[in-house]
Amino acid sequence: MGMRRVKILSVAVVGLMLLGAGCKKSPETPPAKAPEAKTPAAKTTPAAPKSAEAAAPIKVGAIFAITGGASFLGAPEQKTAEMLVEQINQAGGIDGHKVILLVKDSGGKSETAVSLAKQLIDEEKVLAIIGPSTSGESMAIKGICQEGKTILLSCAAAENIVDPLASYVFKTPQKDSDAARRIFETAKEKGITKVGVISSSDGFGNAGAAQLAKLAPEYGVTIAIAETYATTETDLTGVLTKLKGQDVQAVINWTVAPAQSLVAKNMKQIGLNVPLFQSHGFGNIKYVQAGGEATNGTIFPCGHLLVAETLPGNDPQKQVLMKYKQDYESRYKEDVSTFGGHAYDALLILAEAVKKAGSVEPEKVRAAIETLRGVVGTGGVFNFSAQDHNGLTKDAFEMLTVKDGKFVVYAK
Amino acid sequence: MNFPQIVQYGLSGITVGSIYAIVAVGFNIIYSTTGIINFAQGEFLIVGAMTAISLHQILPLWLAITLAVIVTTILGGLMEVVFIRPVRNASVLRLIIITIGLSILIREAMLHVWDEQPRYLPYFTGTESSTVGVFGAYISPQVLWVLGTSAVIVAGLTLFFRFTPTGRAMRACADDRMAACLCGINDRWMVTLSFMLSAGIGALAGCVISPVTLTQYDMGAPLAIKGFTVAILGGLGNSMAAVVAGLLLGLLEAFVVSQFASAYKEVVAIVVLLLILVFRPTGLFVRRDIGALRAA
Repeated sequence: MGMRRVKILSVAVVGLMLLGAGCKKSPETPPAKAPEAKTPAAKTTPAAPKSAEAAAPIKVGAIFAITGGASFLGAPEQKTAEMLVEQINQAGGIDGHKVILLVKDSGGKSETAVSLAKQLIDEEKVLAIIGPSTSGESMAIKGICQEGKTILLSCAAAENIVDPLASYVFKTPQKDSDAARRIFETAKEKGITKVGVISSSDGFGNAGAAQLAKLAPEYGVTIAIAETYATTETDLTGVLTKLKGQDVQAVINWTVAPAQSLVAKNMKQIGLNVPLFQSHGFGNIKYVQAGGEATNGTIFPCGHLLVAETLPGNDPQKQVLMKYKQDYESRYKEDVSTFGGHAYDALLILAEAVKKAGSVEPEKVRAAIETLRGVVGTGGVFNFSAQDHNGLTKDAFEMLTVKDGKFVVYAK
Repeated sequence: MNFPQIVQYGLSGITVGSIYAIVAVGFNIIYSTTGIINFAQGEFLIVGAMTAISLHQILPLWLAITLAVIVTTILGGLMEVVFIRPVRNASVLRLIIITIGLSILIREAMLHVWDEQPRYLPYFTGTESSTVGVFGAYISPQVLWVLGTSAVIVAGLTLFFRFTPTGRAMRACADDRMAACLCGINDRWMVTLSFMLSAGIGALAGCVISPVTLTQYDMGAPLAIKGFTVAILGGLGNSMAAVVAGLLLGLLEAFVVSQFASAYKEVVAIVVLLLILVFRPTGLFVRRDIGALRAA
């Protein structure tokens, strides 16, 4: 029966698998803004901070998913970080230290993030790493940074990045447990007691689904059915039919993948007309555009950035948010998203900590972060402590909804 | 499960299956003329859809799609002339590897041209939330467009390969390149033509599915994997069977989701692919004896 043919087919299959596995591999993005000048070595060594060396530049690494499936997180983060570093350097640096930003593209893959982190820590000897963009990657390099005594300011949401605590690991996005709490609060107000949960089978989706399952009983909500789907999914009608069969009163979708647009469309298409809640991953207007009118009415928790204009003038965040929004949008000619804001906050916190520590010694900067209070960022007002390496509360979230293709504050 | 639910799973399966089928058809054309499996087929879809999306900003939808199909067809032809033809006497396997390389090349080029954002064409009829009711279940009108397009493509291809001199010449090349040459068929152009044809069909497929699946630069490979599975399931080279196999795989996946945790869905295609390769490498719809004859 044609062994040759079978052989060729088998090789073809293997080739295809390789293709699938390798397909997200993307070129290393070069855009380290500052020239990669050899910095005076003393910078990160414990004996460093003498006045002569005080102006030595600070090397900061950044690992973002600039390409690949999570690129909508990583790309705005990269742009934001480069913009902010430029602003910092133009203003004379942090306490006179210029910042050298080394941006690396992980393609959203944990393996790549791990090798990039090792490279940044061992070869570049950076003071801190900003990113990675996704929860899976952040968890993958959490231990490496802790061991390498390099500060990690993760831009990913999952709670387990800072719980259990690692002394060198921080994160800037709001906690996913707080997002889950806000969703359940809103559901409760609407009299919803039975929900269906769907989530992507990646770090963010799994962590979110776990938080939802854990917190649901607190709010008297039953999760009738919980399902997962691949991040590359192109159609969700099958799994939504399953939810429909359980007569759920609402759907909660937890992912950062383009499936956020699909789920809204597919629900309408199969006539599943119940409220749709999504995670804080929905905070990018592109998803609304891609989902078209089907996304109207989607409810989700989100930082204040997307509704910055509508905030009252005395809101502590208003000024920061408006400046970031205007700077970003005028420079890159695209809508600002909350994800870029996470990178903004990470750099901001690092800068504040360096100022407060009066040093660029990793241990001192790390300890200084734990003492930061009232730092106004894009994600909220940060109050760190030795126990809280996120520094935000659930008030950092606002419940938003989509109305006529725009984000507006959800009115009860 | 009540009846409307069963229908709904069925329709969900058809939605996905129609997408698989339309991808699989493209694999078959090149295979039937050259014996090569073109792993850049998924990229043809994305190039076509992306081009149409860009053109649609200034042109009406039908014109944008037509131009996108033409552009992608030319790209397919160029790809053959530049990369495949110079190594024409190489083994089939080497050519397959070349197509894998090309797929990566095209994908990275697309990343630079169209960045990483998901894009989409508008729904051809209705909007994101329009539905057509079938026995108490619902389906998006765009899926009917996908099915209709697959049907037209398959019918057109069948007629082309059976009844036009060019189509017959292409089949003759596949069967026996030497004999075809002796009959005065320009075998080089037949191969180029098959790449152009499958690129054009891929582009059309990419445009039709874009409203449903969205289009992102790196979506080609996952689509190609499913399309390839379906092409093998139906029997390589047989477009009609590919459509049936596509719907079959879609339905199978939908009902697996209905009975098991949906996380298992992705396993289905791979299991099917392995089973077919082990037990029936000629595909479901080819009689064993004929398959053996062809493979010999």
